[in-house]
Formats: sequence, structure tokens, C-alpha cells
Amino acid sequence: MDVRDAPDVLSVVQTAVTRHGTSREALIPILSEVNQALGYLPTAALTEIHRLLKVPGSQIFSVASFYRMLSTKPRGEHVIQFCESAPCHVVGGREVWQALQDALHLNPGETSADGKWTLLTTSCLGICGVGPVVVIDNDVYGNVEPEQIPEILARYA
Amino acid sequence: MKVIRSMVLVSSDPESMERGAQKIYRRLQQEIEKFGLQDEVSVAMVGDVGRHDALPLVIVYPEAVIYGPVKPDDVPFLVEEHLYKGRIATRLQAPARELSGRIAWLSARQGTLPAQQRIVLERTGQINPDDIEDYIAHDGYVALGLALTTMKPEDVISEITKSGLRGRGGAGFPTGLKWRFVAQAKGHPKYVICNADESEPGTFKDRLILEGDPHSVLEAMVIAGYAVGANEGYIYVRGEYGLAQERLARAIAQAKEMGFLGRDIFGSGFDFEIHIHAGAGAYICGEETALIESIEGKRGEPRARPPYPTTHGLWGKPTLVNNVETLANVPPIIRNGASWYKQFGTPSSPGTKVYTILGNVNVTGLIEVPMGITLREVIAIYGKGMKGGAAFKLAQTGGSSGSIIPASLQDTPMDFDSYSRAGVSLGSGALLICDENTCVVDLARVLLNFFRRETCGKCTPCRIGTERAYQILSSLAEGTGQLSDLDDLQVIAKSMAELSNCGLGQSAAVPIRDILKHFSAEVEAHIRLKVCPAGACPMSGRLARAA
Ligand SMILES: Cc1cc2nc3c(=O)[nH]c(=O)nc-3n(C[C@H](O)[C@H](O)[C@H](O)COP(=O)(O)O)c2cc1C
Ligand code: SF4
Ligand code: FES
Repeated sequence: MDVRDAPDVLSVVQTAVTRHGTSREALIPILSEVNQALGYLPTAALTEIHRLLKVPGSQIFSVASFYRMLSTKPRGEHVIQFCESAPCHVVGGREVWQALQDALHLNPGETSADGKWTLLTTSCLGICGVGPVVVIDNDVYGNVEPEQIPEILARYA
Repeated sequence: MKVIRSMVLVSSDPESMERGAQKIYRRLQQEIEKFGLQDEVSVAMVGDVGRHDALPLVIVYPEAVIYGPVKPDDVPFLVEEHLYKGRIATRLQAPARELSGRIAWLSARQGTLPAQQRIVLERTGQINPDDIEDYIAHDGYVALGLALTTMKPEDVISEITKSGLRGRGGAGFPTGLKWRFVAQAKGHPKYVICNADESEPGTFKDRLILEGDPHSVLEAMVIAGYAVGANEGYIYVRGEYGLAQERLARAIAQAKEMGFLGRDIFGSGFDFEIHIHAGAGAYICGEETALIESIEGKRGEPRARPPYPTTHGLWGKPTLVNNVETLANVPPIIRNGASWYKQFGTPSSPGTKVYTILGNVNVTGLIEVPMGITLREVIAIYGKGMKGGAAFKLAQTGGSSGSIIPASLQDTPMDFDSYSRAGVSLGSGALLICDENTCVVDLARVLLNFFRRETCGKCTPCRIGTERAYQILSSLAEGTGQLSDLDDLQVIAKSMAELSNCGLGQSAAVPIRDILKHFSAEVEAHIRLKVCPAGACPMSGRLARAA
């Protein structure tokens, strides 16, 4: 994401600012919207938000790095979120994690060399009734069995 | 005008969604159109309907026939038989059951469980949450009308005080007292915040209330605003709760159109606006002062207290912060009166409590039961017993910040006072039931991993303590622990409990203390014998270490 995409970044930011306004209160909704549109928060976007909201750049960065749903680093084509909280853990989460490891060989937070996968471990996703839970992009997989992992990943070929 | 003859509801709790509720919903729409019934039959996804034994359920009103478990391929038959030909599709009917239709009905138990009764969840699963008229048809906005036209703000506060309602967000603070503090606080404007952040692992009761009955929370917020003298409210919804956000936004728009929100509500001269603020993924933002910082556009780091939000909250103004479930109790109390409310639950903890039941039980899901029920009853009646007949070993109440309860405490009544006398906290309402294959060291390690990743890092005992405790527990789990580690854990727990600025650091100490108190022999086996009695720890060689 660099010069080539810059205008796109700016227009995304401007749309979000038009929708939410320029008050300090609007900062997190704006960051969320931009993150959703671009997959992450490139520096160009943060700089533009700084210019429009007149919030110090360091504060914008500090807010952007605080929240789990915001990312200042590019992510892979598909983001896998694995819930590692206790309710999923005790009903078989460990085994599912093992299967993800066997399939992907990624550490939490890493993106695969081919840019295809980002593997995130996360706290509870609020769908514990069907644990263990894995979320890929916006698709929720519940009651996951370790044997299903290869087949689930294959859907994103 | 359309005259709706039948209403079809599809359960959409997590288990139903997992089993294809969305597909069933779409198939129903298609089939209904195929028979040209779209102007006479309405279909809605309604959240948790209260039965968890035959999901997904499809309920057809006005006959109230319950079908389940329904598969997408059953839909054409169901539509043709019931909606087109008008006959009950017997072969798809859900099995009868002893709890008959409603939760919280245990006639044998005296005193605490009177009649079958849902208070907070009285409409979830029965109305279309996207339709304000359905809410109104089920007594919706009656309490608001009563409050604004027949009661003074002071009357509303004293009714809530008399009801004995205590906060359902974790700490059990008396709701009426909090309202009074805000009403009496100096400074204008004042704000009402609905805490819908709910990031406590295992807890999704607030989400299902918002998805199944969003108007009940809006109605309560307007009543609260009237009582404390606020004209503006915020709902801080967890970022991941997309459906809840959509439903709330639609509900707000409908309520405005009908005049239940906005200016001069019920011609009383009272104005109230509600904004939705979505979180962006941070457990700590459920803590009320962190939540306020987050609405203000900052990192969600808790403030030092006092001063409390009741006097210095959002933008430094007096602010009422209440949990979703707490608020959902308000309209029924105003509608039916405090003495009606006090007949449920126990004298010191009136009313019901919504719980999520999870873990090694046969049936998981959401229940609403009177305060004072015991864990043993919950497991036997609603969980339908332990999975595979395994023995019950422990439960964790209230999500990760709750207590670990050994089998010896499973007959303690679940109400604020009985639990605190037993040194246990009820927390937010997640009941994680664990069987004999659960290792307490492994469980504590997973819990501390949660706290170390969710600490905001602002104060040292919490930031360093959670990390250190996690490392020690990991080494115990790997078979490299020493006896001196146990003293270290105690010291860390003590400093986190006593020196942390907010509840996160304080509750991180709880699992450590609980396992050392109730399961010390098992913990010591990891050190002295280098074995995990439950066979769950990495050292038993079955599994690599998770993050
Ligand atoms: C770390 C932490 C997380 C919390 N998360 C929530 C939450 O998600 N939802 C909630 O209602 N209360 C949460 N609370 C409690 C709130 O700070 C506050 O006490 C509550 O919203 C008050 O509402 P009530 O009086 O209606 O219970 C949390 C507290 C702490 C310390
Ligand atoms: S106790 Fe932990 S979470 Fe709470 S303010 Fe301190 S560092 Fe932050
Ligand atoms: S604990 Fe895994 S989704 Fe809640």
C-alpha cells in the first residue's frame, strides 16, 4: 500500500470523516471504518486523519494500536481468528489449535510468507455456545473438530 | 394493508446458527413465496427461544407449534403442511419436555422459584426484534408511558430502589442507589450509558438480549434518563456484535418515528436521544471508566477512582453506567411494581439472573432462573447432566474474572449474599462447567493468558503480575516448576489484588488463589511428582503448547 493506492486511501478516510464528523469522539468510529475498508490502517490514512481531526499523530497511533480490531500492519488475504479463552479451551480448543499449527506453521500474529493467511489468537468472540470457535474473515465456524481444519482452510483456496 | 395470519419464528442463538438457522430462514422465505403466502405469513429470526434441546427451532404462531430440530430440507414440507394446508406437521414437532415451553419453572422448589417466569427474556424468542409493533403488542413502552405521565423522577428511583435490583454487570451494586447518586450529582448535562461491551469469556447473555429484544433496553434507558435528569444516552456495544448493532440502530429509528425517543416523549416535555458507539476490540473497555475514555476517543484505560462516574463521568459530567441485563429489568419493574418483582429470587437478591451454561454438560445455552438456584440444579436440569456421564469437578462462575468453585460448593444458593459469604463471586453470569478431565493448572494458565493479553498495562502490579503468573503456571504445566513457585504465586496474587487500579488486575488474582485454596494437592502433584493428574498439561505429552 503506497503511492499507487494513495488517492484511494484518502477518499476512504474522507468518506469516513464526512460520516462521523471531526470531533474527538469520532476518532475510533473513523479508524474502525477505515480499517474495515482497507484491511488495516496505513500510515497515509493515519496522517490524513491527523490532518482532518487535528488530533496529535502520536495519539492517533496510540489509539490505533490499542484496539484488537484495528491493525497498523498489513494483514494477509484471509485473517484467521482462533479463540483461546477458557470456555473454548475446555471443550477441545487445544486440539483445534494443534491442528491449525500443523496446517499453517504460523505463530500467533504472523502472516504467511505468501501473504495468504494471518493467524491471530484472540480472547472470547462471544459465540462460546458453539465452542471451540474459529473465525475466518467474516465466517464463523463453531463446534470445530481438529479433523475439519484442513477442509475448512481448503475453502479459501 | 397486509393482514398477517401466521408468524414464523426461527431460533438464532449460536447453536442454531451453527446448525443452519440462516439457511432455514431463507428457505422459509422462498417456500412461502412459492405458495404465494408472503402477504399473510411473516418470518423472523428471533434469537434465543429458551429451549436448547432440539435446535434449530421453528415456532409457528398463533398456534404456538414448536418444530425442531429442523433441517433446511424439512422446510418445504413444513410450509406446505402447516402454512398452506393448515395441518400441524407432526413428524417435525419438537419433543415434549418436562420444562414445558418456558424457562425458570421448577414448581417443586419452594420460595425461590414460584411460577414459570421470564422477566428479562420475556419476549426474546417470541417477538420479531425488527418490528416495534410486535414489541408494543407485548406491553412494550407501557412502562415508559407510566413513568413519564404518572410518576415523578423521584418516584421512579424509589420504585427501583424498593425492588432491590442489583447490577448484573458483575459487581452487584444496588441499582436504585446508583440512580440516586446520579440524580443528586451537581452538573449538567448528565448522561446514561448502557454497557453492552460484554467481552467476558463465556458470557453472551447481553448480546442475546440486544438481538432478541432491543427495544427493552432503549425503553429502560429513557426511563433511566428521566429518573436521573439526563437527556442523552450512549450504548457502548462490543465491536464484534454486528447483528446487535444493526438491530439497535433499526430499533432507535423506529422508536424515534413513533415518538418514544426524541423530543417531548408522550407529551411530557421530556427529551431523550440515544447514540450507538461500537467498541473496537478490547476487554478492558467493559470497565466503566475505560468505556468512558473510549467513547471520548481515547485508549480504553481505566481512570483512577474516586471520583466516580456518577459525579465525574463522560466529559467530566455525572453519568449513569448500567449493564444491559440490569436495564432490561427496569421496564417490568416499573410496569408491575417493586413488590411484584420481589416475589422472585431471594429477599436480598430479588429477581432472576440470566446465565450462559457452557463446558462439559450435555446441553449448553442461555437460561433465566430466579436468584438463589444452585449450581447442582442448573447442571442437572438445564445442562441435562454432565457430558458422557463424567464427574463434575469444578465450575467457573462469571467468566474469566469469576471464581473457581469446587464440587463442595455446588449446593450454595446462587445469589449475591450467599456467594459472597462463601468467598465466591457471581460475576457476569457465565457458568463454565468442567469435568474430571480438566486440570486446574491448565485452566489457570489459560485464564492468566487472557488477563496478560487484556491488561491495559497502565499499572505495574497488573501488567507484570499477570505476565509473571502466566509464566509460572506454564512452567508448572510443563513439569519444570518448583515448590517455591507456589509462594511466588501467592505473593503475585496478593499484590495484584491489593495494588491494582481496576477490577481486571484484582480479578486476575482470583483463579490463582482459588486453585491454591481448593486444589493444592493437584497443583503440588505437578511439582513433586511431575505429573498432571488430569492428563491435560503439555508435560503429559499429548499436545504442544498453545499460545
Ligand atoms: C475489567 C472489567 C470489565 C468489565 N466488563 C463489563 C462488561 O463487559 N459489561 C458490563 O456491564 N460491565 C462490565 N464491567 C463492570 C462495569 O465496570 C460496571 O460495574 C457495570 O457496567 C455497572 O453496571 P451495573 O451496575 O448495571 O452492573 C467490567 C468491569 C471490569 C473491572
Ligand atoms: S489493573 Fe490492569 S487493566 Fe486495570 S488499570 Fe491497572 S493495568 Fe489497566
Ligand atoms: S470463549 Fe471462545 S468464543 Fe467465547
